[in-house]
Amino acid sequence: MGEFFPEALLFEGTWFEFNRVQLVRLIILAVVLIAMCLIASRSKLIPGRVQSVVELVIDFVNNNIIANTLGLKDGKRFAPMLITMFFFILSMNLAGVIPGLNLAGTSVVGLPLLLALWTFVTYVTAGVRKHGFLGYLKSETMPPGIPWPIYILLIPIELLQVVVIRWASLTIRLLANMVAGHMMIVVFIGMTHALLFSGGWLIAISPFAGAMAIGIYGFEIFVAALQAFIFTMLTAVYIQLATSDEH
Amino acid sequence: MILAEAEGAVPGWRLLIPLPQEIVWSLIFLVIFALVFMKFVLPRMNAVLDERAEKIEGGIRHAEKIQEQADQLREQQEQELAAARQEAAGIREKSRQDGQQIVDQAKSRAESESDRVLTAGRQQLSAERIAASTELRGEVGSLASDLASKIVGESLTDDERSRRVIDRFLDDLESNQSATR
Repeated sequence: MGEFFPEALLFEGTWFEFNRVQLVRLIILAVVLIAMCLIASRSKLIPGRVQSVVELVIDFVNNNIIANTLGLKDGKRFAPMLITMFFFILSMNLAGVIPGLNLAGTSVVGLPLLLALWTFVTYVTAGVRKHGFLGYLKSETMPPGIPWPIYILLIPIELLQVVVIRWASLTIRLLANMVAGHMMIVVFIGMTHALLFSGGWLIAISPFAGAMAIGIYGFEIFVAALQAFIFTMLTAVYIQLATSDEH
Repeated sequence: MILAEAEGAVPGWRLLIPLPQEIVWSLIFLVIFALVFMKFVLPRMNAVLDERAEKIEGGIRHAEKIQEQADQLREQQEQELAAARQEAAGIREKSRQDGQQIVDQAKSRAESESDRVLTAGRQQLSAERIAASTELRGEVGSLASDLASKIVGESLTDDERSRRVIDRFLDDLESNQSATR
């Protein structure tokens, strides 16, 4: 648990305290941005292997997330944000399985929270711009086709949902997945280690624990991609809910 | 063991409470990432993607156009071929007719020629026969008179008389001949 609150490396005690988590983020940020800029500036009409992979991911976000929820017209407007979000979350998540970094950039609450707030601001802005402030509140909190007494119950729930629960759930989902993943790897590697050095017949079980650790490691790569997908997908869905004409 | 110690050191709820420095750095990283991505990387990638899509579309359209042209050319060629075949058939038919005509002409000319030759031959033949008969008449006369004078002796040397005899004999001969014919 202490790993998520590492000691400061620089500027200790100020608001710019720089610790291991930030270092991991900084490395990932630098590597990904430099790589992407290189790929982008060298991108050609006939793609090379690396460019194909990046284009594949962009196409995946475009087709599977944006086109399916927002449609082509609205999708064009939010595509840059969603693709950026996907790439950012994916690369930060994958930091958790890169040896030497071993900690996902999204496994400390700041980053998921800011991403979720970005989503929140985006969908509220989009909704208000489309329906006006009151119109937006009404369209989000008062779904049509329901007898009016229900509204007494429904409006607070929906309001709470729009204002708090959506971004909070986004934050916690991403954070908890990354924290849990990290802890699982720690537990299994720790267990392998402990079993191996325990002496006696328990040593015989240690390979299984080691295999589990490797399995979990592979699973974490999958989870990293999955969480990036879910986060982006939900953002797209929230934007769609805010901008749609009718529910 | 490790976890238990860690649990003791940091309570779990602190995971959800962001520290100020955490927010500050996260914000800096997020903004840098988003700016670079949205201002440089994505437009560039999208431009390339769009360009490619356009190129592929253009290529497809180009291919379609060429295909169309090829179809047109083939059709034209086929038409020309058919026309040529027809023309050839016409020429063949005409030449056959011409040949027939030539053969007919030649045949009729040969017929008339052979007719002509035949009549000429006949005419010549009859002329020669007349000439021969005239000549014969003279020779036969003299031969007969010579013979007769040899038989009768000198009596028939008198020309006047001998000619009368001969003429009578010949007339008889001719009348005899016409009677037997």
